[in-house]
Amino acid sequence: METPRLNETTSSSAAMTDDTTPPGQPTPRRHRATEGPWATAWRRLKRDHAALCAFAVFVAIVLASASAPLYATYVSRTNPFDTNLNGEIVIDGEVRQVLEPSTEGLGLGLTPIGPTWRFGPYALGADNQGRDVAARLLYGGRNSLLIAGVAAVICLVLAILVGVVAGFFGGVVDMVLSRVLDVLWAFPIFLLAISLSIVLIARSVRIGPIEIRSGSLWLPIFIIGIVFVPYVARPIRGHVLILMKSEFVLAAIGLGASPLRILARDILPNIVTRVVVFVPLILALNMLIESALSFLSIGVQPPDASWGTIIQDGQGLLYSRPMVALAPGIAIVITVIALNILGDGVRDALDPKSSIRVV
Amino acid sequence: MIAALVARLAQMLLVMFGISIVAFLIFFATPGADPSARIAGRNASQETLRQVRHDFGLDRPLPVQYALMMKRLFISRDLTSFVNRGQKVIPTVMRAIPITLSLVGGAAVLWVLGGLVVGVVAGATRGSAIDRTLMILSLIGISMPVFWLGEVANLLTQSRWHDTWVFSWVPALGYVPLTVDPWGWFKALVIPWFTLATLYVGLYGRVLRANLIETMQEDFVRTARAKGIGEARVLLNHGLRTSLVAFVTMFGLDFGALVGGGALLTEVVFGLQGVGKLTYDALQTLDLPMILANVIYASFFVVMANFVVDILHVVIDPRARDA
Repeated sequence: METPRLNETTSSSAAMTDDTTPPGQPTPRRHRATEGPWATAWRRLKRDHAALCAFAVFVAIVLASASAPLYATYVSRTNPFDTNLNGEIVIDGEVRQVLEPSTEGLGLGLTPIGPTWRFGPYALGADNQGRDVAARLLYGGRNSLLIAGVAAVICLVLAILVGVVAGFFGGVVDMVLSRVLDVLWAFPIFLLAISLSIVLIARSVRIGPIEIRSGSLWLPIFIIGIVFVPYVARPIRGHVLILMKSEFVLAAIGLGASPLRILARDILPNIVTRVVVFVPLILALNMLIESALSFLSIGVQPPDASWGTIIQDGQGLLYSRPMVALAPGIAIVITVIALNILGDGVRDALDPKSSIRVV
Repeated sequence: MIAALVARLAQMLLVMFGISIVAFLIFFATPGADPSARIAGRNASQETLRQVRHDFGLDRPLPVQYALMMKRLFISRDLTSFVNRGQKVIPTVMRAIPITLSLVGGAAVLWVLGGLVVGVVAGATRGSAIDRTLMILSLIGISMPVFWLGEVANLLTQSRWHDTWVFSWVPALGYVPLTVDPWGWFKALVIPWFTLATLYVGLYGRVLRANLIETMQEDFVRTARAKGIGEARVLLNHGLRTSLVAFVTMFGLDFGALVGGGALLTEVVFGLQGVGKLTYDALQTLDLPMILANVIYASFFVVMANFVVDILHVVIDPRARDA
C-alpha cells in the first residue's frame, strides 16, 4: 500500500499513522513514478513466453538471411546468381554432375541434383539452372525481409501522416482523405497490388527527377508499402478524433498551445503505441504479399531471388525436386507465424482492448 | 423500404460506373500502354500506326472512346480483344465465370462451416487445450501463402501419394464443368476448395472466437443465464448471433473479392482458367477491353456482396433495422 487513498491522507487518519511511525519523525513516503505505457507493455511482454520465442525466431531468421554472402562464399562455394549447368561436385568420393540426366519418365532432359543434406555445397539441392538452393534461400530471405521491412516503414509513415492530418485538421481535409481511404479499403488489396505490379514492374518509372529502373527492388517496395495504408490510417484517424476531444487536449487548447505543440506533445505520443501494434502484423502481411507477387513474376525480378521467386523456380521441378519449392515456403510460414505470434503479444501488451482486423 | 432499396441499387450502379472510369483512365495514364503500338505489332510504320488508331477509334477523345467501348460492351455486345484479334470479350468472360464461382462457392461453404466450428468451439472452451490447439492451427492457416499450400497439395495428391488409396481418386489438374459431369466436377475441385478455404477458416475462427468471448461478457448474456437458459443455448442463440455481425461483414467482402478475381493464385496453381487468371493475362498484355470487362464484372460482385451483407446485417441484428 504505497499509495494511500485520498481519505486516509486527510486529518482524520493522523491517529492511524501514529501506530506505524514513531512520533516526531517525518512520515516515510516512498514516491514511485507512475509506470509509463512502455514499461507496462514491456513488463507484460516479458511474461509472454510465446511472443518472446517468436521474436527470437524472427531475429534468427533475419541474422541467417543477413549472412547470405558468408554462406555463399564459405559453405556453398558457388555464385547463387550464375547458372552452373556444367558444374560437378564430389559427394562421398563420387563425382556427380549438378544437372544429371533424368532417370524418371521418358529419361529426357536434365534433373538438378537433390539435397545432399550436409553442411556444404547443394545442401538443399540445385534449381534447374544448377544454382545452390540453400544459398539462394538465404539471399531470397534477405530480399523478402528487406522489402517487407522497408515497405512497412513506408506504410506506417504514410498512414500516420494521412491519419493524423485527417483527424487533426478535420473538415474538408478529413472528408476528402476519408473518402479516398474508404475507396481503397473497399478495393481488394491483393488485386490492387497485383494490378499495380503488372502494369509497372516491367517498365522504368520516372517520378520527377527519380527514375526507378525496371527490376529495381524499389518498385515492389513502393507498391507493397502503399496498399496497406488504409488499414492503418483509418484506426489512427479514429484515435486522433477521440484524442482531439479529450480533456488534456481541450486544456492545451484552452491554455493557448499552438497546434504544432498539441500535435507534438499530446497527439503523436498517444498514437505511437497504436502504430507499434501494427508493426509485426504489417510485416507479416508484407511478407505474404511480396511472396505472392514474386511468385507471379511481378515482384522481385531475376536473377535476384526472393522466397516467392524461388517457389516459382521450384514449380517446374515440383514432382522431381520438391525441396526447391518446399524450402522457401517453409521459411515464409515460419517467419509469418513468428510475426503473427509476436503481433498478438505486442497487441496484448500495448493495447489489450483493441481488436484489429488486418487482411 | 422499397425506396431505400432503389436508392441502394442506384448507388451500386454509380460505384460500378466510377470504377470502370477509373480503370479506363489508369490504362491511358500507364506508361507504354499505347494499344495501337501493340495492335500494329513491332516495327510498324507511322502510317500503319495512324491507320490502326483510326480503325480502332483510338484517335478520338477519351470520353468518346469510353462511351464507344461501353456501347460495344453492353449494347451491341461485340467488343473484341485488342491482343487476340477476333476474340470476343463477353463469351470469354462468361466461360471463366462458372469456374471461379465453383471454386469460390465451394471454398466458401467450407470456410464458413470451418470458421464457425473453430470459433465457437475455441470460444466455448476458452483457455483449454482444445482452444490452444485450434488457435495454433488457425495461426498456421493464416500464415501459409495460398499458392505454396496449393503446390504442396499438388505434390502430395498428384505425385507422392497419388498411387496410394488416399489420393488415387484425385484427377489431373483442370476444370470439369458441373453440367457435364457433376461427380468429376466435385473431384476436380475438392483439393482447390480446401486449399483456398484454409486461410479463411483460420481468419474467421480467430475473429469469431474473439467476438464470442467479448459478447459472452455482456449484460444480456448474464441475464439469459440468470433466467436459467442452458449454457449451450446461451452460447448459440445469444452469444453467437451477436458475434456473427463481424463474421458476415467479413464474409461479404472476402467472397466478393475472391469471385471478382482474388482467387487468382489458387487458379494459377491448380490450372483453372477462371476470372482471376483471365484478368491477370489481360493485365499482362495490357488488353484494355478485356481488363474493362473483368473490372466491371469484379466490381459488380464486390458491390453485390456489400449489398447482401447489409441485408444480412439487418436480419441478424434488429438494432440495425432503423438505420
